Amino acid sequence: MRYSLYPGCTLKTKAKVFEETALEAAEALGLEMVELEEWQCCGAVYPLAKDEYFPLLSPVRSLAAAGERGEKLVTLCAACHHVFKRANHAIKGDREAREKVTGYLEVDYAGDVEVVHYLEVLKNEVGFDRIREKVKSPLEGKKLAAYYGCLLLRPEKEMHFDDPENPTILEDFIRSLGAEAVQYPYRTDCCGAYLSITEEGLARDTVGKILKSAQRNGVEGLVVACPLCHYNLAKYQESLTDTRGGEGIPVHYFTELLAQALAEGPAEEERT
Amino acid sequence: MKVTTDTICSDLLKEVEEYSGEKVASCIQCGKCSGGCPMLEAMDLLPHQVMRLAQLGLKEDIMKSKTLWVCASCFTCAARCQRDLDLSKVMEGFRVIQLRQKGGNTMHPRQLTPEQLKDAPQQAIISGFRKYSK
Ligand code: SF4
Ligand code: SF4
Repeated sequence: MRYSLYPGCTLKTKAKVFEETALEAAEALGLEMVELEEWQCCGAVYPLAKDEYFPLLSPVRSLAAAGERGEKLVTLCAACHHVFKRANHAIKGDREAREKVTGYLEVDYAGDVEVVHYLEVLKNEVGFDRIREKVKSPLEGKKLAAYYGCLLLRPEKEMHFDDPENPTILEDFIRSLGAEAVQYPYRTDCCGAYLSITEEGLARDTVGKILKSAQRNGVEGLVVACPLCHYNLAKYQESLTDTRGGEGIPVHYFTELLAQALAEGPAEEERT
Repeated sequence: MKVTTDTICSDLLKEVEEYSGEKVASCIQCGKCSGGCPMLEAMDLLPHQVMRLAQLGLKEDIMKSKTLWVCASCFTCAARCQRDLDLSKVMEGFRVIQLRQKGGNTMHPRQLTPEQLKDAPQQAIISGFRKYSK
């Protein structure tokens, strides 16, 4: 099946590896992901004030474009996914929003393009069992842990992604690559998001709690689907490294691990 | 704090309910929202206290509170409220009351450090501006 891929701004600049590895893995799995033409920034946050329609224009324009191609819209960045899902929900369920936004854009769109996150494609359309079969370089012996953050999971009524309090999709993904999925308490807590721009100290504290909790549970690598979570978790590692000269915890986009596991392993491993 | 007819802004509840679309009046003060809030330590008013002050119409106390600006819209409170109230929308309602005033923006491009401009993901900068300036 062919999908419309919406990479979003950050994947074209600061998080290029997220998109590159997603495309590499898609090819290995036989998924055809074709970038939407002429997309714009989704706006990064969903407008929470009831009378703010303007921030819906950009996501709805991309949704309508995917609709014209008759394809599902696939997202990678958790923030883009959040915005698209909720914008779609608003267009479907809120007549005033639909009339204002589609009228202004002069498009005929009723909210029926299916927005799916890449992880959902892996889970529901490829299947973790099939991924396990396709893995050529299993990440055996690696203790990895999911960091979900906020935007994929909440609000559940609109995101329909996983159980917001006890999600499992990323752990299932980690296990399908042959690694061990470690549980720790802070995996669905907020990393501080954009507060790292305005309230650095607060973001540092929030990230510190997450990292220390992961460290206590023996985590060797964190797995994320959001460039901002990645930035914050990688930036504030000093909460681990400062004390007792400990080591930091590497942060990976889930697609980096997927592409790595799907690729042929190094020669010496192949011989064994 | 002294509650008098002078300090209570009776239109506040209506105003914030309109911006947020949330029935602030139906909050029963169970405190569950505050119990799970990851930004609690940096707040001067706890999320459930914001709800109570809004019910009482104490606009001044809410508008000068740091809480509005450290709420990260993480939606944890909304996932747990038994009255199905979304406090991230209520906080946004109060933020826009300030942001829509002339000179009300709380984030300016010049405050970005060279390091942030170099390293921060677009997503962070755009979210910040969307949240803190109009
Ligand atoms: S969880 Fe809901 S009902 Fe309880 S105090 Fe918070 S807003 Fe009010
Ligand atoms: S949305 Fe704001 S108030 Fe609610 S839990 Fe998150 S940071 Fe706290």
